Amino acid sequence: MEFFERFAIPNPSLAIYASMVAIGLTVVAIIAGLTYFKKWGYLWREWLTTVDHKRIGIMYLLSALIMLFRGGVDAIMLRAQLAVPDNKLLDPQHYNEVFSTHGVIMVMFMAMPFIFAFMNYVVPLQIGARDVAFPRLNALSFWLFFFGAMLFNISFVIGGSPDAGWTSYFPLAGNDFSQHVGTNYYMIAIQISGIGSLMTGINMITTIMKMRAPGMTLMKMPMFTWSVLVTNLIIVTVFPVITVALAMGTMDRLFGTHFFATTNGGMDMLWANLFWVWGHPEVYILILPAFGIYSEIISTFAGRNLYGYKSMVASMVIISALSCMVWAHHFFTMGQGAVANSFFSITTMMIAVPTGVKIFNWLFTLWKGKIRFTVPMLYSLGFIPLFVIGGMTGVMLAMSAADYQYHNTMFLVAHFHNTIIPGVVFAMLAGLTYYWPKMFGFMLNERIGKWSFWTLTIGFCLAFFPMYITGLDGQARRMYTYSEATGYGPLNMVSFVGAGVMAISFALIVYNVYYSVRYSPRNIGADPWDARSLEWATHTPVPEYNFAVEPQVASSEGFWDAKKKGHALFPGKVEKIHMPNNSGVPFIMGAIFFVLGFSLVFSLWIPAILSLIGILACMALRSFEQDHGRYISVKEIEETETKLRGAK
Amino acid sequence: MKVKSALLLLVLTIATVLTGCEPLMVLDPKGPQAERQAHDILLSIGIMSFIVIVVFAILIYVLIKYRASKASPDYEPPHIEGNKWVELICVGIPVIIVTYFSIVSVQSNNIVEAKPIKYQDKDPLVIYASSSDWKWHFSYPEQNIETVNYLYIPTDRPIEFKLYSYGPITSFWIPQLGGQKYAMSDMVTTLHLAADEPGEMMGRNANFSGKGTAENTFNVTAMSEKDFDKWVKDVKKTAKPLSEKKFDELLKPGHLGQMTFTGTHLKFSPAPEHDHSPSAKPEEGQTDHSKMEMDMDMSDHQNHE
Repeated sequence: MEFFERFAIPNPSLAIYASMVAIGLTVVAIIAGLTYFKKWGYLWREWLTTVDHKRIGIMYLLSALIMLFRGGVDAIMLRAQLAVPDNKLLDPQHYNEVFSTHGVIMVMFMAMPFIFAFMNYVVPLQIGARDVAFPRLNALSFWLFFFGAMLFNISFVIGGSPDAGWTSYFPLAGNDFSQHVGTNYYMIAIQISGIGSLMTGINMITTIMKMRAPGMTLMKMPMFTWSVLVTNLIIVTVFPVITVALAMGTMDRLFGTHFFATTNGGMDMLWANLFWVWGHPEVYILILPAFGIYSEIISTFAGRNLYGYKSMVASMVIISALSCMVWAHHFFTMGQGAVANSFFSITTMMIAVPTGVKIFNWLFTLWKGKIRFTVPMLYSLGFIPLFVIGGMTGVMLAMSAADYQYHNTMFLVAHFHNTIIPGVVFAMLAGLTYYWPKMFGFMLNERIGKWSFWTLTIGFCLAFFPMYITGLDGQARRMYTYSEATGYGPLNMVSFVGAGVMAISFALIVYNVYYSVRYSPRNIGADPWDARSLEWATHTPVPEYNFAVEPQVASSEGFWDAKKKGHALFPGKVEKIHMPNNSGVPFIMGAIFFVLGFSLVFSLWIPAILSLIGILACMALRSFEQDHGRYISVKEIEETETKLRGAK
Repeated sequence: MKVKSALLLLVLTIATVLTGCEPLMVLDPKGPQAERQAHDILLSIGIMSFIVIVVFAILIYVLIKYRASKASPDYEPPHIEGNKWVELICVGIPVIIVTYFSIVSVQSNNIVEAKPIKYQDKDPLVIYASSSDWKWHFSYPEQNIETVNYLYIPTDRPIEFKLYSYGPITSFWIPQLGGQKYAMSDMVTTLHLAADEPGEMMGRNANFSGKGTAENTFNVTAMSEKDFDKWVKDVKKTAKPLSEKKFDELLKPGHLGQMTFTGTHLKFSPAPEHDHSPSAKPEEGQTDHSKMEMDMDMSDHQNHE
């Protein structure tokens, strides 16, 4: 029995048992459904083994939406606990696990796959490529992310969730103060999906550098592609840091090393530094692609080219460089003294300048435009004022002396949600609505979409603006309760109501998908938004080879030139197309990684060693495998093209 | 200068009105350090509001003026690459603002990281504030007394807090006296505060340190130097001495009420004040084995130096 005790949850509650039952039932239902409808073969052939960047993008998207739901439920629980003073809904341990999970899921398993979804789906189309540079590596990236996320998500029903915050500061995250396996999950699940992110970084940089359509010089790339290039440069720069830090943390927890312990020469401050050397650029990894999406959408719906293209690019490059020089602003209060704090204070504030340039460029893109208020545009327009407020409080936080008062308070919580939600989440929802017709061949309903935009915006303001005030009134973050005497009660109730309104908005988005699947018209053509860049120049649905003929461009808006200036976008003739073969290996490797991770979490050495051997075997197999891909014949292409043209 | 103070007043009024009548804790300073921080906060709110208003104004203007429903159906928006002068302004004004903030920030850093200017001529009272799960221990070496979970301080005298932790990283914070600083187990950090007027204040650990963080608070009472001396005398008369055994008991995880002792724990469990080479740590409960390793570490270090 002793062997099985380790899998028990240290702090069980009714909600957790209910979740276990629900998870069990869902798994059974999925398996039964797949079997009943005889879809196992379809699932394996079309999705699990796919190397098509578009399908991988859609799988990222689905995962992100599921994780958004999971992280959202966590958020509602947190706000419900704090809605009234001295609440007993969650006990402290449970609350700690919920906020730790909320943070990790939202950053690592919601926002990251969301941006990867758009990178994967849009970038090859936008640069006129047939796929990414390394399609099979791309599939491996996805499956590593996916199984990392799954490993993290089972923590709360098997063994217990991490309880040291998403920052997981040592020594709190060490064995002395966090005895159950939660933090093992943290270290290993993020590690697995982080390796996937690093591979995506390499893949995307190569794709963008090597596979652009003829005529598309670097300074003629669409802005989203530029943002993805810069983002992935940051990824390959900083992800190795978190890889090393997590490996050290894992060794501290599993093998008794003392990297971050406070004894035997370990140093807890080292973790904080390594974490934020990755952690701060990480938020730019999230926000830069979001900026790219806003650039595409604002330019499309203003009916104008993006104002100040060159300064947009320059500002992104400057932001990426600065992002690696500001990490210590996350712990101005660690006692490094006035000089170090002044340095990081100034570098942090400097980021406001290029960011400001971007904001003004978007405003000037609207200038003399012909603005259509579609749902993607509403998110982009809502983003500007809300993000400016977030940026304003960011500059406030950058004043290091004053930060001693904001640090660890709800003011900070309000600030980063104020940048991440209008910055990243709005962009993802805007991108979702914008690219939905390209992905699925029909539009999302505009009226329901507008409702969800407004509820989200109002809910956001209600949920987070009160935190600025309670923060300045001394309410510290990550506290599971507060007394009535503090007077934080009413404003926290407002926050809870806001969180509820945001939940309604997400419910509306789900309903919108359902409604549009049923009722939206299907014959929308390839370019329903009257857009400007290459991804709209191919058919809807996009054929697996993307473009029958390689496009040729002369500006960053090749498709617009073709529509308005008679630019010849597809000058060539149809030739046979070389495409990569599907492969089950990435999926299998991901699954073995899952077993490896699970075994490490519970220190089960024999399965860990076996799965490690399995992973090496998969890699060896790849090295000796002869797979030269396949060709799609001209006849086949022409048939597909005729069919798709007919569908229009 | 006049404009600045008017701006500050305006922001302060708005902040006060927004939150009912009681001023927000951080904006209701009782000491010079907190005052400087409140000044920075209001100053940055004021100036940044200007940028926010400009952006809002431009946004509203373009949205009203250039919406498609108003434009004629055959209106084609022009192709505009960008304008050197416009972009220069968009860079220039933020650069000026950031430069100004940088100067203020550097000044403030030097102010809050040093003995309060106002009490420059006085000797600071040194208090060692150490945290353990989930309590605060305050040692007054000068007075040779120690308290748990409450802090008495004299007004009008600089106070130098020496912070460290018997466990996870915590953050020592008395909002009305000044911002927080971390307490960590492998080094001592210093926080300079001072109180201008007598009164009671809230103090807490602001950094998440496990299950009991929410209740990891302490009461702060500022009193005149005379009252403070009287309190010290009373403590010496009534309180029991703090033994090593008793202190080990206090360190056990949990919550405690307020306690008072004579003597401090610094004698038998000194603060990790020395240079933080690994050999210099006063960890308790170390095995002989690890001590041996530490000795080797030490010799290593000497070799390097």
